[in-house]
Amino acid sequence: MKDFAYVSAQDVATAVRAIAEPGAKFLGGGTNLVDLMRQNIERPDTVIDITRLPLDRVEELPDGGVRIGALVRNSHLAAHRVIRTRYPMLAQAILTGASGQLRNMATVGGNVLQRTRCPYFADLAARCNKREPGAGCDAIGGFNRNAAIFGASDSCVATHPSDMCVALAALDATIELESVRGVRRLPLVGFHMLPGDSPQHETAIAADELITAIELPELPVAARSRYRKVRDRASYAFALVSVAAALEVRDGVITEARLALGGVAARPWRAHAAERALMGGPATEERFRLAADAELEGAVAQSQNAFKIELAGRAITATLRQLQVEGSAA
Amino acid sequence: MTYVGQPVDRLDGTAKVTGEARYSAEYPYPNMAYAALVHSTIARGRITRIDSATARKTPGVLAVITHENAPPMKPAPKMTPMDLSTLATGTTVNYLNTDEVHWNGQPIAVVVAETLEAAREAAHLVEVEYAEFPAVLDFAAEEGNATPQKNSLISEGGAKKGDPDAALAAAPFSLDLRYTTPGHNHNAIEPHSTTAFWDKDRLILHEGSQNIAWTQGHLAVRFDVPKENIRVISPFVGGAFGGKTMVWPGTVLTVLAAKVTGRPVRLMLTREGVNRTVGGRTPSIQRVAIGAEAGGSMTALIHTSITQNGKVGGGPEQVTSQTRHLYDAANLQVQQNLVELDTIANTVMRAPGESIGSFALEATVDELAYKLGMDPIELRARNEPARNPIDGKAFAHRMLLECYEVGAKEFGWGERSPEPGSMRDGKWLIGMGVASAYHPAWQFQANVTVRLSADGTVLVRCGFHEMGMGAATAQAQIAADALGVPLGAITVEYGDTALPTGPGAGGSGQTASIAASLITACEKLRRSVFSVARKTPGSPLRGRRFADVRAKDGGLYDGSRGESYQEILRRADRASIEAQVGSDTRLGEITGQVRFMSKFLMDRRRWVKAACGAQFCEVRVDSDTGEIRISRWLGVFDVGKVINAKTAASQLRGGIVMGIGMALAEETLVDPRNGRIMNAGLAEYHVPVHADIPSIDIRYLDDPDPTMPLGLLGIGEVGIVGVAGAIANAVYHATGKRVRDLPITLDKLL
Amino acid sequence: MVDVRMRVNGSIEKLDLEPRVSLLDALREHLGLTGTKKGCDQGACGACTVLVDGERISSCLALAVQYADRDITTIEGVEDPIQQSFVRHDGFQCGYCTSGQICSAIGMLAEHAAGAPSAVTGHLAAEQIDLTPEEIRERMSGNLCRCGAYNGIVAAIQESSR
Ligand SMILES: Cc1cc2nc3c(=O)[nH]c(=O)nc-3n(C[C@H](O)[C@H](O)[C@H](O)COP(=O)(O)OP(=O)(O)OC[C@H]3O[C@@H](n4cnc5c(N)ncnc54)[C@H](O)[C@@H]3O)c2cc1C
Ligand code: SF4
Ligand code: FES
Ligand code: FES
Repeated sequence: MKDFAYVSAQDVATAVRAIAEPGAKFLGGGTNLVDLMRQNIERPDTVIDITRLPLDRVEELPDGGVRIGALVRNSHLAAHRVIRTRYPMLAQAILTGASGQLRNMATVGGNVLQRTRCPYFADLAARCNKREPGAGCDAIGGFNRNAAIFGASDSCVATHPSDMCVALAALDATIELESVRGVRRLPLVGFHMLPGDSPQHETAIAADELITAIELPELPVAARSRYRKVRDRASYAFALVSVAAALEVRDGVITEARLALGGVAARPWRAHAAERALMGGPATEERFRLAADAELEGAVAQSQNAFKIELAGRAITATLRQLQVEGSAA
Repeated sequence: MTYVGQPVDRLDGTAKVTGEARYSAEYPYPNMAYAALVHSTIARGRITRIDSATARKTPGVLAVITHENAPPMKPAPKMTPMDLSTLATGTTVNYLNTDEVHWNGQPIAVVVAETLEAAREAAHLVEVEYAEFPAVLDFAAEEGNATPQKNSLISEGGAKKGDPDAALAAAPFSLDLRYTTPGHNHNAIEPHSTTAFWDKDRLILHEGSQNIAWTQGHLAVRFDVPKENIRVISPFVGGAFGGKTMVWPGTVLTVLAAKVTGRPVRLMLTREGVNRTVGGRTPSIQRVAIGAEAGGSMTALIHTSITQNGKVGGGPEQVTSQTRHLYDAANLQVQQNLVELDTIANTVMRAPGESIGSFALEATVDELAYKLGMDPIELRARNEPARNPIDGKAFAHRMLLECYEVGAKEFGWGERSPEPGSMRDGKWLIGMGVASAYHPAWQFQANVTVRLSADGTVLVRCGFHEMGMGAATAQAQIAADALGVPLGAITVEYGDTALPTGPGAGGSGQTASIAASLITACEKLRRSVFSVARKTPGSPLRGRRFADVRAKDGGLYDGSRGESYQEILRRADRASIEAQVGSDTRLGEITGQVRFMSKFLMDRRRWVKAACGAQFCEVRVDSDTGEIRISRWLGVFDVGKVINAKTAASQLRGGIVMGIGMALAEETLVDPRNGRIMNAGLAEYHVPVHADIPSIDIRYLDDPDPTMPLGLLGIGEVGIVGVAGAIANAVYHATGKRVRDLPITLDKLL
Repeated sequence: MVDVRMRVNGSIEKLDLEPRVSLLDALREHLGLTGTKKGCDQGACGACTVLVDGERISSCLALAVQYADRDITTIEGVEDPIQQSFVRHDGFQCGYCTSGQICSAIGMLAEHAAGAPSAVTGHLAAEQIDLTPEEIRERMSGNLCRCGAYNGIVAAIQESSR
């Protein structure tokens, strides 16, 4: 790890001024950044510790929404009563991620900006367009069992690994960003970018922006939601496929549906096609499967991950069924 | 006996739960320097340029050692049976004494710096260019180039009885199946760690090792100093599983770095470094073919394997070993084959051979049972041999069917409905499976001293190894019983080459090996103490016969006449009395070696000795996603006499847990394009976590093997054997799918 | 170099550290507190678990400077009946993961007592969550034990949660 200058920012104004310097990086819980710095994938000159910023509160907003400070720890967010009762899929998504120790460290902002777990990205001996634009992509034709099935390109097939973001995508969360130039808000859906021919551009954040908060809209259907993560061991592993789902059923008819997938793309994958297929239909196994198929129509496999398409279909169906039969995770 | 067999708490327990136990990177030395390795990024070739100028300029850097400036080291020794430490060679590469690269990840430079951070940063800054040579890297593609393994003194490549091909062709029921298993890495939680300090030409080495004597012998050759100049200290080893048996480059290069800098040097391998510089378990391709009569009798059994060696070292794995012993097939053939790759040398890993070989064998036997419409335990019973199937030798001890009998009852095997997919609990498909465990029993040489002091305490000294087996606790129990003293009176010293030479921790043979010598030493000690007492005026033991005297209550007694050890030594004015078995003099070593080899060969001519067991498991498979959860486990073992019921159960469980990892998740991913391991970390190489492991029930028959010291058979490895087979069989029972390629990940069930 | 003051096991420690030094290396190499172990240095094993103001974290991914003025407890500062429960239930073999398991268990029990749910909690909204073996296993899954002492660890934790 390169030696670097350390700055502990006590207020947002200082933080955003400091980040405007080239070579500076924010430090949240450090669970991703420090790991990547140790592997020399990231080599910042200055590290700006933002964990002492007063952005560590979860507030209920007058309009019924919820504002989550960017420095709220993952574990605290998952344990928060408002999240557990009104947005259970979010609590569940966070709780299936990483470990108790890491969730105590990880911040909401850092979780959103964590980088891919593609093994070639993390190995400087490999070719990786994301690390080094134009170098090539060793995952194509290499180990890509856990690569994307949506939105991959010839330059990159990596996925975004966050569980939390999958729930945030389903919940139509908004990201608040601040820089010396001011404050702006972006929908989380679309915040993470598909690789195209520039996989180094991962999100819509500018180099000098700080995530200050995530906002959840008032969303009654979210109270009837679940998160289902499928992985290679029972815990402490990244998703092969995950599903965040919320369902409102009246008299056997689906009146509202929210669905997003994890582990399948460079962004948390909001399953709009599946949602459309569900709306107005009967809450039956058959309909769930149809909706899954509608979404997966556009899926494309790499050399080792064709199974993910089948798995995603089954996981979507199973999660919707469980919601319908057992109800909410709350 | 008051201690042997009891579930005694570990003697080093308190040290481990308070953080006091020191592992090899935890010895403080003034002026400590830190080392970091630079690994090659190609599989085979030559270094054409290595530029360490920037690295050298990094603040705090003391030295950057490359092949351009490293002092010469002697090459690794040639193997000879007269000096077993010659087996310790991890790879044959003379690190930093050559510009050649032999595997992807080979250390090509070592940086030494004042701090760990500076060393690692400078290692990153070393620039290297290579001329690449063609390399053989794809194990699967090499199948056609495999050559039969030759028989050697310690490992037999093949054997044949009758005409198995003809019998297979003629059999009314037959199966001929192919299996594959991937490479594995031990990934002990303690990365390989070394602290080395040269005091002129004497080396002190703190090294987590399963064989300190081998390490000492190997380094003596490499650094051209007498063995006596090297002291290896290793009282705590943070897990090993075979991975700390050989001497790997990190150790050699730390010693070299200490020599170059004249400073104490510490190197803890990074997790990536562990995966790149320590060999793992070889992948395998296996064939198992069985022919049987309608009644279940096997007429033909063929088991062949292909495994890999590195061109720079590694050995064959006895993949077909259990197949020589488990089933009474009229015609039988086993043959192991090898391919050589430009990868790191493979090495031993918990039950090398049997762990993966039993998977193929036991899955085929299960498949045969289905084909015959017979219960798989019944099929095993019908093929249980009276004598060793391959050569007709006698079994020293064999209670496999008893294991199945106890297990079937305890596990509720009778409640299983054999039809695949017929047992269900909501979305979960339930499956039950069994498989046999088998592991040969070994016994090595052990030198031991036992000293009784005037205060009644006893010091047992032997340079053996404690990687978590509870070895010292077991030996203390044995000594306490042999001398009739309370456990608290015993201190055991181990893990130091300054002690009498102990056995290596391998082949599940350490406990038996030490026990044999310890029992003899205690017997000698009782005799010496008695003869001292007999000659001492006023002693109540005067005029008694040794044969009538018992060691009990902390002393020697003939009936009620006798006295405590303290009294005996006080009366005789002795500070201590010591007994010894084996000798560390040159002559003693040679005599010991010869005695060991002749006993080993004679024993092997007469007996087949082994631990065995029956593994029972229940799996639940998610009918939507194919996720597999192990819901119940019972292992019933015939491991002879159990010395410590608590630590023995832990060891057997540990083997089962590792077997569960092997069955469901573990796989070293070697990119066939460049021979590079692509999951060299614990987030990517999945070992089981808490949530993967149910409560594991362990039973043992506790029936002593008459040919082994105290009747004990080793327990370190037998626990992993059969685990993957039992799981594969249970998964079939749950889903109707036979997965013949490990690991059984959910994608294979969709 | 940065001056870092932290409270470790009750006493104030003053250190002069490069910002790149992890909390784990600060404890092990600078303070000589080697009870906290390094198993992966990548957040993937839990051997380095320590308690910061009572919360468990992985100290290998923590920069020491970031924890200035915090209250750190390592295994050397733990005095808890759970330690002897680990011995009684043989909740370890080699002992290398043990410090992490114990610190993690203490942090986990506090989280549970404060009502925090886990990924296997049936009803997230429940006020009280039973600490079943399944809950313990999920909550402890950040601590690998390659020796496979999981059964003993769970038993020790169950005993001390009663
Ligand atoms: C072994 C392991 C297993 C894991 N398993 C999972 C898993 O199963 N599921 C899962 O979802 N995640 C998993 N994770 C990832 C973990 O969730 C993330 O590392 C964590 O959420 C990142 O948060 P942090 O605060 O530590 O981020 P940091 O490491 O501090 O920062 C990450 C990035 O975000 C930037 N950043 C941080 N905060 C801000 C901000 N407010 N504004 C602008 N930029 C910011 C940093 O500059 C850095 O580039 C795992 C991690 C590890 C090490
Ligand atoms: S998939 Fe993307 S991240 Fe992975 S190697 Fe290719 S370019 Fe890099
Ligand atoms: S050393 Fe920190 S998690 Fe492994
Ligand atoms: S006791 Fe060895 S890793 Fe847990």
